[in-house]
Amino acid sequence: MSTGFIENTAGAGAARYARKRAAQGRPVRSHNPSTRRPGWVTYVVLAVVVAVSIFPLYASAMYGSSTTQEISRSVGTLPRFFPTLTLLENFGEVFSASQFSFWMAFLNSLLVAVVVSASTVFFSTLAGFAFSKLTFRGRQALYLTVIATLAIPAQIGTIPMFVMMNDFGWIDSLLALTVPTLVGAFGVFWMTQYLQEALPFELVEAARVDGASLFRTFWSIAMPAARPAAATLALFTFVGSWNSFFWPAVVMRSQLTMPLVIPQLQGAFTSDTGLVMSGVFLVAAPLLVVFVLAGKQLVTGVMAGAVKG
Amino acid sequence: MSRWDIKLSPYLYISPFFVLFAVFGAFPLLFNVVVAAHDWHRRAGMGDFVGLDNFTWVLRQPLFWRSLENTFSIFLWGGIPQLVLALFIAAVLDQNLRARTFWRMSVLLPFVVMPVATAMIFGQVFGQFGLLVPNLQEMGLLTHVDSPFFQDRLLSHVAIGSMVVFRWTGYNALILLAAMQAVPRELYEASTVDGASRVRQFFSVTLPSIRPTMIFVVLTMTIGGLQVFDEARMYDGGGTGGGHGGADHQWTTVVLYLYDLGFGDWQDRLGQAAAVGWIFAVVIGFFSLVNFLLTRSISSSRGPRVRISKKTTDAVIARARAAAEESRRQAAATAEPPTATSGADDDAGAAGVPRADVTKEGARR
Repeated sequence: MSTGFIENTAGAGAARYARKRAAQGRPVRSHNPSTRRPGWVTYVVLAVVVAVSIFPLYASAMYGSSTTQEISRSVGTLPRFFPTLTLLENFGEVFSASQFSFWMAFLNSLLVAVVVSASTVFFSTLAGFAFSKLTFRGRQALYLTVIATLAIPAQIGTIPMFVMMNDFGWIDSLLALTVPTLVGAFGVFWMTQYLQEALPFELVEAARVDGASLFRTFWSIAMPAARPAAATLALFTFVGSWNSFFWPAVVMRSQLTMPLVIPQLQGAFTSDTGLVMSGVFLVAAPLLVVFVLAGKQLVTGVMAGAVKG
Repeated sequence: MSRWDIKLSPYLYISPFFVLFAVFGAFPLLFNVVVAAHDWHRRAGMGDFVGLDNFTWVLRQPLFWRSLENTFSIFLWGGIPQLVLALFIAAVLDQNLRARTFWRMSVLLPFVVMPVATAMIFGQVFGQFGLLVPNLQEMGLLTHVDSPFFQDRLLSHVAIGSMVVFRWTGYNALILLAAMQAVPRELYEASTVDGASRVRQFFSVTLPSIRPTMIFVVLTMTIGGLQVFDEARMYDGGGTGGGHGGADHQWTTVVLYLYDLGFGDWQDRLGQAAAVGWIFAVVIGFFSLVNFLLTRSISSSRGPRVRISKKTTDAVIARARAAAEESRRQAAATAEPPTATSGADDDAGAAGVPRADVTKEGARR
């Protein structure tokens, strides 16, 4: 291949370098990422990345498996490298702590995350169906409005939203966590993009000719077609809802969600690092289960352009 | 199917989003102006109209400026390593790996780890008796008695930045990986033939090709990275007296400052907090724009690039044809009068090679 081709596609620098290499007559190893099997160095690098990824949760389990004495003796290193039964005992203490109810917080988080994910998927698919397959006046402008709202930073609304929640009487109520996030611009955008590709017009037309109502068409044609994208959207919404801390910290008081348990741990088990860390592990662990079951789908979602929930 | 179904249903289907956005998106945006222009308290609600006083009050607070500095410093410590590492990891993943899904999944794991949990664990690791400080003291690199990752302003930013890096690097690496896989593999073959090394290929083929994705990643990173709250709030455990960004507000971020103004233990200044929200939204908007322009200019290739159009392609082909014609004529003139068919065959071969080359190039583009 000529250096002119490289100059056109990759720039003058690459072409100059290519000419130099060619003049020296040095053989170069082929790098076509789709066929070349990488050497062991690649796997060592990846193993390090994996170790870093796992480390925080692993460390919290190791601290959680240790008594205060063991932790204070193990300065500069982890107290142990394999979990012990102490971890389970500590879990028991977290469950029975008098300062907060772990299971109540768990159920609150689960309820909010499930409701928000389900409604986000339903309303996003409904809107996506309308935007991608139905014709109506102002469709283009309305869709652009949806996309434009994505750019608004969330902070600016915190204080007025708090005042509104106060007026609604929703302070310390799960409604404050659920209702404002029942459907978002990202979900609508995501489902519209997907249905545009995945749902053929002919199917919609056929259902209409057969006399199905629009909602019926949506329910039995669009919903099944949207399933892969809907699953990804549900997953991201769930993760985002489960981990969110800022807004719950603003509106919740005595009712806790999982992330709000963490500030309580320090107050409940003041100097017992092992207990605090076992609580931290417990709070983070449920999503670990979700990740093991559905991590593959998350990867596909991120690579297909999903944005944080 | 009735007429109203066709006419009205579409609006009905998109209405949930618009109703929700009107109430919880657009209205708060306008309402924020009202709150920021009044004395406002959590219990008592709206007080006196104060005009722009809340804004001038905020701008006179040294803590506001300190938190703004902290936010940008944490943003840089979390952003730059993140971008470099994400590019590196994406390039490593962009190979014909064994157990591909496993590696991709493990890279994404930090994305689902709750940020407040990460903050507690990193707080332990960076603490006085954690993994880092005692070993650094042993090596004689640290003389502090307390953990400098809490005492020292810059080092606390490094620590919080590392949590941001931990959370987002793998996620961004996968986005960049998706973009890298869309780069035509012929480009790599071509540059390999011409002798470009793998590093050179990364900078001259991969990087320019994934420019739009780089811009996207940097933009979302800017908007998200400036809003750091969870990590800063829980870094010191958030227990009694904690959660405010350190004794001297070493790592108080703007959002943490806003939170403390509105909902902190002794403060109850919703009006001023609303003003902070406004100012910060402007800062984020401005900074996103700057980053957008910067990314666009940095990730474009340095040298002047030849624009590829049908016109240039045609010109290249025409020039090559002319050259081939020329060489054939020269060959015919200098050679002995053709006595055998072999001479004609050689001619055709000599002329054919560059022409085939050119058309292939044209097709690849």
